[in-house]
Amino acid sequence: MTGSIQVNETPLVLYTLRRADDALVLGHRLSEWCGHAPSLEEDMALANIGLDLLGQARALYSYAAELEAAGHDEDGYAYLRDAPQYRNLLLLEQPNGDFAHTMARQFLYSAFADPYWRAMTRCADPTLAAVAAKSEKESAYHLRHSSEWMIRLGDGTEESRRRAQTAVDTLWPYTGEMFEPEDMGIDPATLRPEWARTVTDILSQATLTQPANTWMHRGGRIGRHTEHLGPMLAVMQHLQRSHPGARW
Amino acid sequence: MNDLVTRARHAAETVVDPEIPVLTIADLGVLRDVHMAGDTVEVTITPTYSGCPAMNMIALEIGLALDRAGIPDARVRTILSPAWTTDWLTDTGRRKLTEYGIAPPIPGSSRRALFGEQTVPCPRCRSIDTRQLAEFASTSCKALWQCQACREPFDYFKCH
Ligand SMILES: [Zn+2]
Repeated sequence: MTGSIQVNETPLVLYTLRRADDALVLGHRLSEWCGHAPSLEEDMALANIGLDLLGQARALYSYAAELEAAGHDEDGYAYLRDAPQYRNLLLLEQPNGDFAHTMARQFLYSAFADPYWRAMTRCADPTLAAVAAKSEKESAYHLRHSSEWMIRLGDGTEESRRRAQTAVDTLWPYTGEMFEPEDMGIDPATLRPEWARTVTDILSQATLTQPANTWMHRGGRIGRHTEHLGPMLAVMQHLQRSHPGARW
Repeated sequence: MNDLVTRARHAAETVVDPEIPVLTIADLGVLRDVHMAGDTVEVTITPTYSGCPAMNMIALEIGLALDRAGIPDARVRTILSPAWTTDWLTDTGRRKLTEYGIAPPIPGSSRRALFGEQTVPCPRCRSIDTRQLAEFASTSCKALWQCQACREPFDYFKCH
């Protein structure tokens, strides 16, 4: 087995890795649906959204490598860091559950990511602004797709409604973490009103009940993860850890 | 030197998108520039989508096309800024897409209302009585639609 890399997390490297890890972890979760989605169209949709996220992650990891200048590369960040070195939101590492669960996770995140990337297009750092400009176009589709599903499931059959409400209730305590302050870049709290507007609008169209804001989970941004990230990384990293440098 | 760049540009312009082979990378607006970087010819391209799996293939094809044109040591560089937009699709490209059976992108449509509330004319019979079947189709850049008039399903090249 190959050991992990040690990353010198300057503020900008950390900022970049947090965005990259969000995209990679959610993208990987979506890839787990490949061949298992409820319909062929959705199988392709989830794979395509996962691919968008993977592309965003790659661009950001490459930039982190350039900033860190320690000889690491995108594969190193993805495959050779342990769970406590990952900086993603806890929401995104939550298991897929049923289709409603996956859509609720996608919706709650996309409603945040879309305005986040839009704000980041005005970033003074040209590379981050360029990644944001691409990602923002993609997140618009991810948000639309997951919003449509929330409405369809919530305002659907008894069973789909029950599953959609359970998913929203289960994931809600993970949404507070998105708005935690960071040392640099965009203050996520400024995006909260837009996120809340989108979520309230779609949940009401879906005839779902918006949970109350009570206690919120946190810790992903500093590497304190739920029990779900480790097993996910074990699967994702297995090949590179067992056969270092393996290429297709 | 100018001759070399012109020759390189002509060669690069022949490379097609592996997923929509009727379109060249020039039609698509993916080919951004061909210039000299020191003694080396440099071709810059920009991805359509962050995760577009065709980019590696396109870079490889450019290298091969230039090699065939007698420029073996060209460099292909990917740039992200400014971000590619479907507005860069040329008029020729839009026409070729329609003839190929893919509806070209309708500007400014990505943030429209839910449930595909937009009008995409059928590339075969031109009817506007069409509906979206799936937001994501065979590739990330296309949605799957169906024409209610001629009943044919078709791909719609989404606006970005
Ligand atoms: Zn038709």
